[in-house]
Amino acid sequence: MTLQEERHVLVVYPHPDDEAFSVAGTVRMYRNMAVPVTYACLTLGEMGRNLGNPPFATRESLPDIRRQELVAACAAMGIEDLRMMGLRDKTIEFEDDEKMVKLVTNLIEELNPSVIYTFFPGFAVHPDHEATARAVIEAVRRMPKEARPRILAVAFANDTVEKIGEAPIVVDIRSVKDDKIKALQAHASQTAWMMAETEKRIDDGEVLSDSWLNVEKFYPFTFED
Amino acid sequence: MKEVNTQELQELLNSFANKDVFIHLETTNGSYAAHYDEKFFNAGAFIRNVKLRYELGKIVDDAPHRVGLKLEHGWVYAQGITHFKLDTEGRLLMAGLDYTGKLAVALEISETPFAY
Ligand SMILES: [Zn+2]
Repeated sequence: MTLQEERHVLVVYPHPDDEAFSVAGTVRMYRNMAVPVTYACLTLGEMGRNLGNPPFATRESLPDIRRQELVAACAAMGIEDLRMMGLRDKTIEFEDDEKMVKLVTNLIEELNPSVIYTFFPGFAVHPDHEATARAVIEAVRRMPKEARPRILAVAFANDTVEKIGEAPIVVDIRSVKDDKIKALQAHASQTAWMMAETEKRIDDGEVLSDSWLNVEKFYPFTFED
Repeated sequence: MKEVNTQELQELLNSFANKDVFIHLETTNGSYAAHYDEKFFNAGAFIRNVKLRYELGKIVDDAPHRVGLKLEHGWVYAQGITHFKLDTEGRLLMAGLDYTGKLAVALEISETPFAY
């Protein structure tokens, strides 16, 4: 499908690299259409496990490395409005729920987005992903129906297709595949091993058909009322 | 961080004994462990910036190492420590990195609080 024009796109994810895996191609396409995009990244992935052996970072130096990676990934995606929200990795579900809703509400009131990209609650695997999705959905639910932005959500739990079916929205990102690769590569502390593996498969002539480098898939989140 | 040198690390542990220090202690399998293996029972624990004072800190020379801190009323220990570093802010950072370079355990000791 082709992307429609948007007033403003808001992307809300908890970890640097969530956006690269989930929406990098889609965001790059919006930016190529001159649609404004804001990325609110809630943490700096402070609790990332991959420090290397021999290690390239410590538990205490990792956040700085990931901040730089996030800035570089945003450059690859063309995101000019990056908000680092200052929460700590793996603690979002323990924050006050109202505070989290308020955080999202404030962003919506400031930016007036026509669509929000986030995770799909119940199918987002990581507790931070789930807590982020819950906050976004609750913030939007509280808005008057006619004022609500659309929510396009990423789901990747093992039981996703079984429970909610195939994703109805499939964005063809082949035209910006190189930019998605650059965004993923920018998060080297998280993706270096995986990217090397992928390059090897491409070198070996394996065709990654219908893979995560060709399409990005989303589920619209709809409300009962 | 470099691989544990027992003698050097023991001296560093001694240098923080009998002082008020802030502790970071973490064990983890990663939040995706049960996603990749649904039979995996994922458990871990995390404390950060808990202030305490230990009278004896000891590293056992059996790699991967165990580090224990004896407190007036209790204990702190970490199992699986492979690497350590005294960072530029004078904090003792210890970590257990598995064979793929992923952190499995961390124990850190500082006289000043760690960032948030
Ligand atoms: Zn994530």
